[in-house]
Amino acid sequence: MTQDPGFGIYIHWPFCAAKCPYCDFNSHVRHQAIDQERFARAFATELAHFASQTRGREVTSIFFGGGTPSLMKPQTVEAILGSVAKNWTLSDTVEISMEANPSSVEAERFRGYRAAGVNRVSLGVQALNDEELRFLGRLHDVDTALRAIEMARETFPRLSFDLIYARPGQSPEAWRAELERAIALAADHLSLYQLTIEHDTPFFKLHEAGKLVVPDPDAAADLYEVTLSTCEAHGMPAYEISNHAAPGAECQHNLVYWRYGDYVGVGPGAHGRLTGGNGKRATATELYPETWLQKVEAQGHGMIEDQVLTMEEQGDEYLIMGLRLAEGVDLARYERLSGRRLDPRRLADLVSHGMVERMDGTRVRATRDGFFVLDAVVADLAA
Amino acid sequence: MTTQKLDHIRNFSIVAHIDHGKSTLADRLIQSTGTVAAREMKEQVLDSMDIERERGITIKAQTVRLIYNAKDGKQYFLNLIDTPGHVDFAYEVSRSLAACEGSLLVVDASQGVEAQTLANVYQALDNDHEIVPVLNKIDLPAAEPDRIKQQIEDVIGLDASDAVMISAKTGLGIEDVLEAIVHRLPPPEGDPDATLKAMLVDSWYDAYLGVMVLVRIIDGSLKKGQRIRMMRTGAVYDVDRVGVMTPKLLVKEELLPGEIGVFTASIKEVADTRVGDTITDDRKPCAQALPGFKPAQPVVFCGLFPVDAADFEDLRSAMGKLRLNDASFSFEMETSAALGFGFRCGFLGLLHLEIIQERLEREFDLDLIATAPSVVYEMSLTDGTEIELHNPADMPDVVKIEEIREPWIRATVMTPDEYLGAILKLCQDRRGIQVDLSYVGSRAMVVYDLPLNEVVFDFYDRLKSVSKGYASFDYHLTDYRAGDLVRMSILVNDEPVDALSVLVHRSQAERRGRAMCEKLKELIPRHMFKIPIQAAIGAKVIARETLSALRKDVTAKCYGGDATRKRKLLDKQKEGKKRMRQFGKVEIPQEAFIQALKMED
Repeated sequence: MTQDPGFGIYIHWPFCAAKCPYCDFNSHVRHQAIDQERFARAFATELAHFASQTRGREVTSIFFGGGTPSLMKPQTVEAILGSVAKNWTLSDTVEISMEANPSSVEAERFRGYRAAGVNRVSLGVQALNDEELRFLGRLHDVDTALRAIEMARETFPRLSFDLIYARPGQSPEAWRAELERAIALAADHLSLYQLTIEHDTPFFKLHEAGKLVVPDPDAAADLYEVTLSTCEAHGMPAYEISNHAAPGAECQHNLVYWRYGDYVGVGPGAHGRLTGGNGKRATATELYPETWLQKVEAQGHGMIEDQVLTMEEQGDEYLIMGLRLAEGVDLARYERLSGRRLDPRRLADLVSHGMVERMDGTRVRATRDGFFVLDAVVADLAA
Repeated sequence: MTTQKLDHIRNFSIVAHIDHGKSTLADRLIQSTGTVAAREMKEQVLDSMDIERERGITIKAQTVRLIYNAKDGKQYFLNLIDTPGHVDFAYEVSRSLAACEGSLLVVDASQGVEAQTLANVYQALDNDHEIVPVLNKIDLPAAEPDRIKQQIEDVIGLDASDAVMISAKTGLGIEDVLEAIVHRLPPPEGDPDATLKAMLVDSWYDAYLGVMVLVRIIDGSLKKGQRIRMMRTGAVYDVDRVGVMTPKLLVKEELLPGEIGVFTASIKEVADTRVGDTITDDRKPCAQALPGFKPAQPVVFCGLFPVDAADFEDLRSAMGKLRLNDASFSFEMETSAALGFGFRCGFLGLLHLEIIQERLEREFDLDLIATAPSVVYEMSLTDGTEIELHNPADMPDVVKIEEIREPWIRATVMTPDEYLGAILKLCQDRRGIQVDLSYVGSRAMVVYDLPLNEVVFDFYDRLKSVSKGYASFDYHLTDYRAGDLVRMSILVNDEPVDALSVLVHRSQAERRGRAMCEKLKELIPRHMFKIPIQAAIGAKVIARETLSALRKDVTAKCYGGDATRKRKLLDKQKEGKKRMRQFGKVEIPQEAFIQALKMED
């Protein structure tokens, strides 16, 4: 049965107190105060623009990402959520998530965010070890993070946090111990990412220069195995490549992406997918915050890309996103989107290698082994 | 009717080792005589193909007429034929030399005489050329003009005491070169009143003008409207236009004795012209034809297959078009179990192969798979028949073969003596037989007889590598000799890949097999399963490697904002997969078919 992907709103807050050396997200550091009221007005304008194109949709999820959205004043969050509510009907079970840094200053604002309507928080803890937090360029230490986790648990109904593994020299044993400690602290959701060296980051330059050595694919596979087995043993299986939750505690917003549902993306450098009469559109907005602001004020939105995806592109995106989920993809939906069938020979090969499995003839999913090499699996199926 | 000296003309070539500055000198001569307007001047002005400019080599001989006002107050027409330096194109050199009376011998003033210097200068001497030695790059700190002059005298036996000292890069001494051309090279001779006799030097296809024929007029004159006859082929044409290259075509009324110029005559294909043929007047043919040249023979064969089988017809038409311009390249249809329909192609050498492949890919936007290059083997079968083998996949059953013969070459290598040991070892490893070893100062000259199949592939790369680029190399084919050759097949994931099978000497089989398996292990990307790679002779496995399975390949983070970027990456992966060939369940990158043969040690 096809799951209803829901309909999400993504709001991008593009500012950080400092850039982390591994991060290639659209984030900017500003040394003077940011005019948050002006940004809130721009968000309202852009939300209204997209609302006019998605009338009648019921919002199942709202997500504040960044950047560091926990640098927003609670009033800003409240104003934006007010704009969303004014433009769309919200589902009774709407999930409102926010990414937050586990610093003391930000923890003080948690009550304000909760009052504004935020019901789920995702903390960027990244490591439970001071030395490695410094290596990752994080501004907090473990004690502060623990206090922020505590505070978040008291304040919000739902809590998740992120860790980054496959750090230089990290052994499977050390990672298992750190992960077990994290699971003990976590409520019911963890995002566990392998450290990836992204272009145009300080880590990239260090890596190129040979000054930063990350685990090779074999060692990374061992660490991923630790990740999967440890989380499974504690009742938090991977429902997605890097996301683990107790059943029922999955992030509804991210499921919209992975189930290839529709979502509005507002704010600088935000992406959206919106289904219209002639298929899915891909939208993207201006990356640079001040330019985005000017564009929105001048023309009502900050979009710099808005194109209808071809059937092949839609099929590819469905595979890229959907096969990341343990639940896999629906074959009939793939055929509707892409206008073609998955190559039966390639599919049979992947099944014979134990990388994918068919589920009751209507769905296909990556196996546990397939998760390790999913990019190759997707490339095979999409070719 | 009398032969006269045509004192206002000089026809010359420049012979040199690669990188000694031949094309730069040509540029300077063109520039300083004002032949090409300054704003049109660019580097390697005579090299019109992109590939020539990028690689810094000359592939196709080019010709240009310079007008020089000499210090004696007279005006001279200087016809320069720029020639390729690479051994693959030696045939272009020989016919260009035949059209001239003299040569400039360009030698790098710090590197001195190299193998191609020797090969080319001997060809010039064979053509009775007057030779003016030119020492280039004398402005460099490492230049040792006196030592190099001595070397020219010792090695070549040429008097180099009044060698012209230049720096083609800075323009130093260019005037002296022009004066030397005028005063030290002989003028051509010919009879303007005799009937037309001209040598067909080259021909090429021009997209606008059709087939253009480069000729050297010996006697008589060639005019527009004249009916000419090619003496060898017997074909008759009416001349549409005549002219000289400057290097653009400059149309003229007629070409006179001693001149080098071009004509067009509604000739359909380059293949209709025979290099070395004698062109004469159809109504008044000359009595005796010129001796002509041996046509160039392909020495290396390989299969070229379209990556996408649907491109087969496009490949056929592209090859046809390239052949319009390069009659030395041959092709015929071939089918491979692994690669489908393609062509078996013959080339003058490996550089020629690479260039044709690159031109097909670039100029015709085709993706190609090239199979292992092979030389031409001769075989005597037990039933008494004789066959030529161009493709290892066609090798008859071993029991039917009486004898296999392979082509041998005589190779000359010149090297600083510190690399001699490594070079001797390389030649020895490649079944070489030493013919001569001598010293000129601190440089050694080694002459070896080598089987071409040991050289054809990567000998030149290896030579450059073991000598840090200092050794130079030249060769010519000598004869066919019987050899204990076997067919080695390669199995990937237990399936034989016919396009990777090669003929090797039995004594080399194990080493080559191991090297190929190791190389393929690097070249084939990891798959989701482990892949055995084996080399075998008949049913006997002689080398084996295992490519372990891919263990981790997954994007850590993929959210709403990543879908577009991931999709674009997937597009690239899909493109990459198109450049792979599927063998059973294994995808092999197209470059693997050539790269697998390159030996590291």
